[in-house]
Amino acid sequence: MPSPQSLRFTVDGTSDARLPPKGESRVVSALKGLSRYNRPFVTRALPFLLLFLSNTAAPQSTPLVLENARILPMDGPEIPRGTLVVHNRRITAIGASVAVPAGADRRDMTGKVIMPGLVDTHSHIGEVEGADGSAPIQPDARVLDAINVRDARIQKAQAGGITTANLMPGSGHLLSGQTLYLKLRDGRKIDDLLIPLPDGRNAGGIKMANGTNSRKAAPFPGTRAKSAALIREQYIKAQEYREKMQQAGGDASKLPARDLRLEALVEALEGRRVVHFHTHRHDDIVTVLRLAREFNVKVVLQHVSDAWAVAEEIAKSANVIGSSLILIDSPGGKIEAKDNTFANGEALEKAGALAGFHTDDSVTDSRWFLRMAGLAVRAGMSREKALYGLTMAGARMLELDSRIGSLTAGKDADFVILSGDPLSAYTHVLETWVEGTRVFDLANPKDRLYAVGGYGASHDQANVIHHEELEQ
Amino acid sequence: MRFLFLVLASALPMLAQLAVQGETVHTMTGEAIRDGVVLMRDGKIERVGPASSVSVPNGYRTLRARVVTPGLIDAHSTVGLSGYLNQPHDQDQTERSTAIQPELRALDAFNPQEKLVEYLRGYGVTTLHTGHGPGPLVSGQTLIAKTLGRTAEEAVIVPAAMVAATFGEDAREQAGKSPGSRAKMAAMLRAEFIKAKEASSKPATTRDLRQEVFVKLVKGEMPLLVTVQRAHDIATVIRVGKEFGVRIVLDGVAEAHMLLDEIKASGYAVIVHPTMARARGDAENISLETAAKLKATGIPFALQTGFEGYVPKTRIVLFEAAMAAANGLSFRDALASITIDAARLLGVANRVGSLAEGKDADLALYDGDPFEWTSHCVGTIINGRVVSETKQ
Repeated sequence: MPSPQSLRFTVDGTSDARLPPKGESRVVSALKGLSRYNRPFVTRALPFLLLFLSNTAAPQSTPLVLENARILPMDGPEIPRGTLVVHNRRITAIGASVAVPAGADRRDMTGKVIMPGLVDTHSHIGEVEGADGSAPIQPDARVLDAINVRDARIQKAQAGGITTANLMPGSGHLLSGQTLYLKLRDGRKIDDLLIPLPDGRNAGGIKMANGTNSRKAAPFPGTRAKSAALIREQYIKAQEYREKMQQAGGDASKLPARDLRLEALVEALEGRRVVHFHTHRHDDIVTVLRLAREFNVKVVLQHVSDAWAVAEEIAKSANVIGSSLILIDSPGGKIEAKDNTFANGEALEKAGALAGFHTDDSVTDSRWFLRMAGLAVRAGMSREKALYGLTMAGARMLELDSRIGSLTAGKDADFVILSGDPLSAYTHVLETWVEGTRVFDLANPKDRLYAVGGYGASHDQANVIHHEELEQ
Repeated sequence: MRFLFLVLASALPMLAQLAVQGETVHTMTGEAIRDGVVLMRDGKIERVGPASSVSVPNGYRTLRARVVTPGLIDAHSTVGLSGYLNQPHDQDQTERSTAIQPELRALDAFNPQEKLVEYLRGYGVTTLHTGHGPGPLVSGQTLIAKTLGRTAEEAVIVPAAMVAATFGEDAREQAGKSPGSRAKMAAMLRAEFIKAKEASSKPATTRDLRQEVFVKLVKGEMPLLVTVQRAHDIATVIRVGKEFGVRIVLDGVAEAHMLLDEIKASGYAVIVHPTMARARGDAENISLETAAKLKATGIPFALQTGFEGYVPKTRIVLFEAAMAAANGLSFRDALASITIDAARLLGVANRVGSLAEGKDADLALYDGDPFEWTSHCVGTIINGRVVSETKQ
């Protein structure tokens, strides 16, 4: 059971003990149309049942056995010829030689490669939106309320082998809102893609930025020092808000008025919401480390163009979970990315820092996310760490590594089947599976359209749940 | 004295005799040569052949690589007019004061010392067709340059190659300015061609920089490079081109896969969009397989990197060809689309695009399959001079 303290801070508000009876009309009614996962009974009593309810397709009753594949499990060495067993949305066995369950659906994977579903730690698919132009810091804005799950780019991400993505608002604010970690299931509405946490919240982080993107006319900051000052000011307000909460003890009458903005920041202060920090230049990166230490928040560094310059500092920071890199075809495009290099992966690896990747879709297309690891290896990163960077590193940065990121018995059956080596330019994603359900199949003409492109491949409103149609 | 020293200093590397030995040498004139040798002298290719018949004479510096190709050609870029910082001072690829400005010459704006020029060189790109970018209805005259030179004059091999134009959404002007519609774009172009036809039949009394270019277009002395993406716009461009006998090169052409027969019948060549170009706007129906389909239909084409407005500021044509090779185009055809086929399309095949005696000594050296993300360009040679040896 979550403590009363933590319940009080659930951003969705449905667990909040302070709501007056009449308050229900104010808050709860607005939430009625939202996810069933947000309701306190379900989220507290049956968190794991939800995993089974959350998919649109029927649970998989027959075990699936993929045999003779080259398997890259990420939690151990490559298995040159092995078997992966999937049942009831989970991986139930993996190895060079495993017992095949009776009545299983067996598929020969000779010549194919299986690796965990890719984890994209920073994406803008789904027409995601966060804060508006009214203020530089808006922790109350939730991308939950602004995602179109029928955006063709979600299908394209599935075609790229991405099974989990962190959907973030943009970097034009110091703080542009609460992000969501989504499973790229085939969904009709955002609720179908959520990852419910045991404490009742939906998995997600918070998006912050420094450097030039968030510098503009007042009330936005005009300088770097002002940017940092505005952020510190808000953190301090959140600290004070949290103290009032604590002083009230369990007494609802002593609690301060609810403040949606501070509630989200308190979650960051308590380490219950990771801060994903857009940052490019070496001095801006160090500023992120400084503020993270001052307020003891967990951060994932996003983009980190100058990682090569401050890799040691990044590695030493106790607040940094990891660095999520974007490798782009050429440096520049903006001044603070002028020294962005494919070699950032190698630099972080050498420094002993956790490094992963992101698409920043549409800056790079989700369909060639695998290529990011290839480019990192080109510039010196080890093959092992680069592939880890597409999978487990991302899972760790989203704090979902107990469920995803590797092909480990007991974890979610999120995996991709490839035509060849993941780092080869000639390799294609053949199939993408999320929780034991195939969400992309290159052999299916509708899916192939998303993978290859062509007429209609980007028509956002045209693609309704084709897998469901197929299975009915 | 100082002058003499400078002349010698710049001439010496050119005069050096250079040999490249490759486990595989893709000459693009025929089958690849296993264990091949390329000899270079005075900036030109002296001899190409298998090591068994071509020995390296004394005094030649020898470089070795697993794979050797002709220097790569990017058939359409804006690099050199668009710089990597993406600030007003390094962005000269579009002039928006009026929609039709063919008198603008890339030659007067090309910065051969732009960092992106050097960057592309590191990946084996030795020739760029660059100039004013997509956007205005008629944006200016392009040039063809080597990716090496202190001045435009030093780098350029064709100072005025094509006239760049755009048809479709990107050419639409705002706030009541023309063209505000597709029909108006066609009407404005037709009006210019009609005036040029009339002018070309009588002697010019006064010079008109703008009209001189249109006269060249209607006389077929220069091609019109039209960036156009959607199928109905492609049809319009062909219609207008045929009406006036203008030599058109279709550029971008995201929906070429929907109009292959018509494009083939037009006889126009295609500089197809970067394989990994973003699917949005007029280009939302873009396909990874378009290059392969153009090849299968028999339409002459080359690959390009196009124009990038943000991050990354340029693509690398090698990678775009790799993605085409992974999507239906053969290795050889993909390599041809950034070497010999590009050279032919641009009209510079007498100098670049293949490894043959007498051609410019432009080579790219790789430590594996050039299309693999994990291979490296280990050397670039331009005019017989080693200009990059860092592993890229």
